Amino acid sequence: MTLTANTDRLLFSATPHSSVEFPARLREMEDVKGSDGLGDTELRLGLPGTSTATRSAKRALPEGDEESHDELRRTSAAKAQVVGWPPIRSYRKNSFPARKAEAEAEAEAEAAAGLYVKVSMDGAPYLRKIDLSVYKGYKELRESLNHMFQCFSLGELSRREGGSGSEYAITYEDKDGDLMLVGDVPWEMFISSCKRLRIMKGYEARGLESRKH
Amino acid sequence: MTEDCDGEEKDEETRRWSPGQGGSSSRGGGSGTSSSSPLKNRCVRGRVDQPPPFSGQVLENVLENVLQFLACRRDRNAASLVCRSWYRAEARTRLELFIGNCYAVSPARALGRFRCARALVLKGRPRFADFNLVPVGWGARFSPWVAAMAAAYPWLERVCLKRMTVSDADLALLARSFSSFRDLTLICCDGFGTPGLAAVAELCRNLRVLDLIENDVEDEDEEVVDWISRFPETDTCLESLSFECVNCPVNFVALEALVARSPCLRRLRVNQHVSVGQLRCLMVRAPQLTHLGTGSFETVPVADGAAELDVAELESSFVASKSLVCLSGFRMVAPEYLPAIYPVCAGLVSLNLSYAMTTAEQLKPVILRCHNLQTFWVLDTVGDEGLRAAAKTCKHLRELRVFPFEATEDSESAVSDAGLVAISEGCQKLRSILYFCQRMTNAAVVTMSKNCQDLVVFRLCIMGRHRPDHITGEPMDEGFGAIVMNCKKLTRLAVSGLLTDKVFEYIAKYGKLVRTLSVAFAGNSDLSLRYVLEGCHKLQKLEIRDSPFGDAGLLSGIHHYYNMRFLWMNSCKLSLRGCKEVAQRLPRLVVEVFGDQNKELDSDAVEKLYLYRSLVGPRDDVPSFVKIL
Repeated sequence: MTLTANTDRLLFSATPHSSVEFPARLREMEDVKGSDGLGDTELRLGLPGTSTATRSAKRALPEGDEESHDELRRTSAAKAQVVGWPPIRSYRKNSFPARKAEAEAEAEAEAAAGLYVKVSMDGAPYLRKIDLSVYKGYKELRESLNHMFQCFSLGELSRREGGSGSEYAITYEDKDGDLMLVGDVPWEMFISSCKRLRIMKGYEARGLESRKH
Repeated sequence: MTEDCDGEEKDEETRRWSPGQGGSSSRGGGSGTSSSSPLKNRCVRGRVDQPPPFSGQVLENVLENVLQFLACRRDRNAASLVCRSWYRAEARTRLELFIGNCYAVSPARALGRFRCARALVLKGRPRFADFNLVPVGWGARFSPWVAAMAAAYPWLERVCLKRMTVSDADLALLARSFSSFRDLTLICCDGFGTPGLAAVAELCRNLRVLDLIENDVEDEDEEVVDWISRFPETDTCLESLSFECVNCPVNFVALEALVARSPCLRRLRVNQHVSVGQLRCLMVRAPQLTHLGTGSFETVPVADGAAELDVAELESSFVASKSLVCLSGFRMVAPEYLPAIYPVCAGLVSLNLSYAMTTAEQLKPVILRCHNLQTFWVLDTVGDEGLRAAAKTCKHLRELRVFPFEATEDSESAVSDAGLVAISEGCQKLRSILYFCQRMTNAAVVTMSKNCQDLVVFRLCIMGRHRPDHITGEPMDEGFGAIVMNCKKLTRLAVSGLLTDKVFEYIAKYGKLVRTLSVAFAGNSDLSLRYVLEGCHKLQKLEIRDSPFGDAGLLSGIHHYYNMRFLWMNSCKLSLRGCKEVAQRLPRLVVEVFGDQNKELDSDAVEKLYLYRSLVGPRDDVPSFVKIL
């Protein structure tokens, strides 16, 4: 309980009421029982009908629990059919289908064109994915990558001739699986052949340069 | 017997309808309205409430002159209960008739009591009908009302209907019968099409207001009528014309001409078939507009030779519309045209972008100029970031509605608890909020309860059913509990997320002013329903779906149902036996049970229950799938 309260204080410390006070009943919640005193009225996480009893900060069900997974699947199927939920008037729902279908089609078309590529950076804990088609050229791409990965405290990503102070270089994997330095080929050719991007330490990339010449 | 057509506020002592007493309440009659007249003893027949002739007449005339100034219907209801004389005077001077449930009273009865009314506000179906929970054909037809009024109210001026079925024939009868008719407002109605509108346009020569809001206007393709062309050729007295919900294209040339010959026009809301170029023409014709519904706000492919509208040109139209205070529409908004509204932002009091898929980046330059905004409706595509921007600027915000772009349980929503907190910090004068989201925390709701103490309406919809606090994993009881505890003016509440009986205990204990409560997928047992029905003394409207409440809970409200407008319950745990018991014990209540349209009522389980008090007993237009107990 204390952990929860502290976490909330941390999260909401900017509010005028910085100490989030839960009514004392928060601790009594577990005592609440239904009028028949049976266990089915006990508070627990998860969907009604599922059998999990663990209390954790996450909403996840225990992973190895096959039974509750099955139930979850069943209830998910049932979810799809609830009438009138969420409570939005059909007038409003019907106002969007054309646009929504449009947006979906656009998204599909983009995805099919394969312009989304993964971007990894050496030393960073997770990858990013970017859509190359939104950039007009290399400059924009570099700026965007710089912005995206700056939280991993890099120097500026620079081109190969930026020898002084250049810590990182942007490379990419092309259709043939070769590792290439970004910036050599015309932009249009680049976006059609690039399969993924990799930001690596400058000294590693220098090997690529020297190989080229 | 008190005949109160709306049944909203009731004086506890004199109007509490006790079970078993046939609903009569004590009023002046018979028990001695102590008239302090010295001539009292001359009333030999023992009808003490009849004052001496002349002084009585003068009194009633004086009374009528005074009561004319009483506008609020709750005050009028109170006045009508003082004694018979006041009852009569009030009945003669009531100009607006508000009937919150069309089946609570019959046309004959209402019109018989209030013979001088000039305006009627009538509400039909229960609100859950908006979400397809009431089968088609259930009822709430305008026909009997318009037929009765055609005879009784030749001087009728205004009609406002909500969730009623209005046919083209009804509209034609309306248009023919009332020569002074001026205002027609239809909200969430159905049953009519362009032929009905044409009749109104043509025959109501004094029409000032024609507001069609979110109606289901059905037209077979072949039957579409050019109703805009039917307005009289001369200058009109139109002040407000709203037809956003009319789905078929309108004759633009006729519309432009109509606007040009309507010098009093202040409010114009067009449908999405009006392009931004056409909108500009209309704005040029009517620079005096205060309320504008912009239609599509997008260009349509134009014929060769015609230039596309320049943003600067559009902007100049907005510059010229110096009186604009309310903007809506933006049905297909092309983002490049949005900056055209910058010139009017500072003066806007109300902005409805809830049909526009604007991103936070597109919203920011607009909202940062709207310092005076009081009402803001928006789509969740703007995300928490967009809401933060609104919170930063709109210090006078009173009403916020955040609608979901994708209204499904599993959709991604860009708004969350963070947006709610930001709004609560920036907009502390907030009175009304409707917020759809997928992720919420108790802490955020508690924060809002403390920052926005003026809240009157709090409606939070966490779209995933039974979803708990997404950080702590706990039910949302504490958040909603804090709302009822801290927001002492709260009259309307809608709850969602994972909720136990506890939240209803809070609502019962602290929600003493709550009049409307909406419950879905909540609670553990009948205790919840019992708490609410026993604790919320002002409760008028209770709508519940998919919650585990049964007969015991239902019966715990017997003492209160006569004071409510209605109770709706669907997909709960009710049985015929329990519903029948309620019907038996409360003869003035109409108890309707029904299932889905095509199912037989064979089992004992009750799928849908709708009960309401009524002065006239079971209605006579019951469809086959409804059973009145």
